[in-house]
Amino acid sequence: MYNLIGAGLIVIGGGIGLGQIGGKAMEGIARQPEAAGKIQTAMIIIGALLEGLAFGALILGKA
Amino acid sequence: MVAKKSIKFIASLIFVLSSITVLASDGGHDKKGDLVDTPEEINEYKNHHLKDSHDFHLFTNNASGTSYGFPLPVIVWTKDGLKTFMSSAFHHDDNGDVIVEKGEARLVKLHSKIYELEDGATSVNLDKDHHAINAHRVLDFSITKSVFGILTTGLLMLLAFGGLARGYKKGKTIPTGFSRVLEPLVIYVRDEIARPNIGEKHYRRFMGFLLTVFFFIWILNLLGLTPFGFNVTGQIAVTVCLALFTFFIVQFSGNKDYWKHIFWMPGVPVLMKIALIPIEVLGMLTKPFSLLIRLFANITAGHAVVMGLIAVAYTSREVLGVPGSFGVSFLLTLFISLIEILVAFLQAFIFTMLSSLFIGMAVEEHDHH
Repeated sequence: MYNLIGAGLIVIGGGIGLGQIGGKAMEGIARQPEAAGKIQTAMIIIGALLEGLAFGALILGKA
Repeated sequence: MVAKKSIKFIASLIFVLSSITVLASDGGHDKKGDLVDTPEEINEYKNHHLKDSHDFHLFTNNASGTSYGFPLPVIVWTKDGLKTFMSSAFHHDDNGDVIVEKGEARLVKLHSKIYELEDGATSVNLDKDHHAINAHRVLDFSITKSVFGILTTGLLMLLAFGGLARGYKKGKTIPTGFSRVLEPLVIYVRDEIARPNIGEKHYRRFMGFLLTVFFFIWILNLLGLTPFGFNVTGQIAVTVCLALFTFFIVQFSGNKDYWKHIFWMPGVPVLMKIALIPIEVLGMLTKPFSLLIRLFANITAGHAVVMGLIAVAYTSREVLGVPGSFGVSFLLTLFISLIEILVAFLQAFIFTMLSSLFIGMAVEEHDHH
């Protein structure tokens, strides 16, 4: 039960983080479309790092 | 015209594959042929799929009770030496009921693991946590489903890239046949992943590793979406191994500056230098850790979601009827399978990308001022 609440909290946190990254990247691309490639790469890297953190927490929560 | 045809072909292939996945799932019935609707039983089925197993199990015919699939070789080291036989000897039993006698050794399969019975024991006894009391694990070198997947992938890569390399050796500048698909991917890994992250000077040294790891993970992820139920990159042992490769490559190719930044950070006071050592060492270890957790958790979560959506066909049957529940389940599974195809590529990309980023940090040359 408690680990389910924890999982929910993790997902909320991860969602906020991913939203921030995605939104800012969109803004950046809209402002400088020629830098879209670089921004996308950086966005994916940060997204992956965030994802690693969230998944790590989920797995620790399940154990 | 050709491109259009192949797109149509791939689309119909995906369609057929995902429908087979729904049909091939035997989660709907337990051994006695009763209907299964409880979350516990679906969970058990899901967990069984996520584990490695000693045979390919496609579906069970409930009327006759026979299972369809094909066996894989079992290679175990027992007290009587090395024993090899096909896993069909266990007759798809997973509860330790079927005892296989090989010389002195008597073997049972329990929860996808092979146990050897102690002397004098006639059947396997379990304690309340379902651990065997009178049997112990054996050294298992079996060609399990995951090992089979890895070998298949290795063979595929050897054939595909061997062909590409032979083409270049002959002096052909433009590859032909299937190599034409591979060349842009290789170039992509080189120009988009390795070059910008590692740097012009050093990237060539690491191309072999990066290309291998990229295609290995990608092909295995895609194999996991077929109805055969491979879950190789969702086995933590596999991802640990892949992350260890990255870890050792980073440590062994790290230059003087890399180690200096870990053990004697330049440009900060002495006390700070000492305080930073444990943090930097921890950072050194968390990098591969996050790599392995990410791949493992993503693939496991993806498979669990697909399994859960297949289970919708059984849990919602009473509300929606048989065609309705199967239709809903099929559409959801198809949708998530398409996303999983994207994830399969993305995870391979991320793993390679972060590996090259870490390698790049280790080989980077700082200007001294």
